[in-house]
Amino acid sequence: MTLIEANHVCVRFGGAEVLHDVSLGVERGEIVTIVGPNGSGKSTLLRALLGIVPLAQGEVRRAPGLRIGYVPQRLALDRSLPITVRRFLSLPQRVSAAAAAQALARVGLTGVDQLQMAALSGGQLQRVLLARALLSSPQLLVLDEPTQGLDQPGEAGFYRLIEDVRATTGAAVLMVSHDLHVVMAASDRVICLNGHVCCEGTPRVVSQAAEYRALFGLGTQGALALYQHAHDHEHAGGPHDHHHDHDQTHTHASGRHIHA
Amino acid sequence: MLDDFLTRAALAGVGLSLATGPLGSFVVWRRMAYFGDATAHAAILGVALALATDLPVEVGIITIALAMAVTVATLAAKGWAMDTTLGVLAHSALAFGLVAVSFVPGVRTDLSAWLFGDILAVSKADLGFVWGGAVVVLALLAWRWQALLTATLNADLAHASGLNPDRERLVLTVALAIVVAVAIKVVGALLIAAMLIVPAAAARSLSRTPEAMAAFATLIGAVSALGGLQLSLWQDTPAGPSIIVVAALVFAGTAAFGRRFMA
Repeated sequence: MTLIEANHVCVRFGGAEVLHDVSLGVERGEIVTIVGPNGSGKSTLLRALLGIVPLAQGEVRRAPGLRIGYVPQRLALDRSLPITVRRFLSLPQRVSAAAAAQALARVGLTGVDQLQMAALSGGQLQRVLLARALLSSPQLLVLDEPTQGLDQPGEAGFYRLIEDVRATTGAAVLMVSHDLHVVMAASDRVICLNGHVCCEGTPRVVSQAAEYRALFGLGTQGALALYQHAHDHEHAGGPHDHHHDHDQTHTHASGRHIHA
Repeated sequence: MLDDFLTRAALAGVGLSLATGPLGSFVVWRRMAYFGDATAHAAILGVALALATDLPVEVGIITIALAMAVTVATLAAKGWAMDTTLGVLAHSALAFGLVAVSFVPGVRTDLSAWLFGDILAVSKADLGFVWGGAVVVLALLAWRWQALLTATLNADLAHASGLNPDRERLVLTVALAIVVAVAIKVVGALLIAAMLIVPAAAARSLSRTPEAMAAFATLIGAVSALGGLQLSLWQDTPAGPSIIVVAALVFAGTAAFGRRFMA
């Protein structure tokens, strides 16, 4: 069933139309990634879905009683506000110490609950934000460029964590990204956005779509090669144990490594 | 016991700090220092309005303080440059207030009581108003505490949790208007913002959680009020400014030595 859907949504800031006639839906348990260049309205679309920005036209429908866990793009921590990780996890709903510890363990963090939020590294902060989002037992996780400021291994690790969370909790995931290959490898469905929906489908379909290639200035093989390159790495690491339900029969031999 | 003016003064100072500790923490966290100043300065205009229309002074102050807050919020929403706008509004409100008061006969002479406070002249009725206002503000903040903190950390996070950051901002605005009306007797319009900011800033380096900071700010505010009264008696200095002097000394102390308590 559809957890959340946008029907013909338009958003205007001042006179400028940021989103034009955008329709999309997220089904239970699927990972959907919105990709697009800077200024393509990715974050605005998430904010429209969450009800933060008003719609000029169209509508957003949510499943009744939908629980959303939101991980913002970044958390600007003001030095004037002292707050420990433990205290942060109890916002806005107070949670027990056991629940907090369990959520932190879930995202691979231990021994940080008495640290100041401002003392965390970028990767730790993203994981704490995810832990807080998980505490409300969400049916839908919404993540806005969750790996900004992380290095490549940190990024890959974070997306593995997202897949893992989906596998164990069954939560659907809707995320925004501008980095392509790692994200696409971790998604069931990709929506390519540039003010409107350019194209959408499985990562493999989108990466071959002409609209997508034009948008990212890629050549005839670039994105596919990048995407499959990421797959090659996962396969090299061990048995095929991830949970993609996109076309698993594609030949990795066709992927060209593009780095020098 | 309440017949002693010193006891009344001490109780008024302690009562005020019950409200200014937690509210001042939010003012610091949300960088509303200049906003607090603008609201407090507008109180003089409220005094003039009340005296000219025979309304209770507190009603005039709260009305003008809320009007100022709404004006600021409206201009902010229209994208005005906040630092400049607040600077213009804060000083204009004070200037208009001072000019307006000069038209009201008999007030000119005790204008300094409104500007700098007159805590030693606090009556039993004033004391009731200070404590009543402080309890209302405390109750308001306690009721909205979790939502206020979430909205302060990140407005989008609050939105996604089903909270309305604009409503939480309104809660703080109302609380601020009440505190201004309550505090004008104690520290005066010019130093209300100081009573909000200085104890909270002094509490920062002692605290690891928001609640600890609010509690320390309250404690430091109360200690400053009592210390300032003592200083005032001992050296015959004006009471309101003396309270802020003590708070500033506490701030200097915790800023210099407090860091060692931090993780």
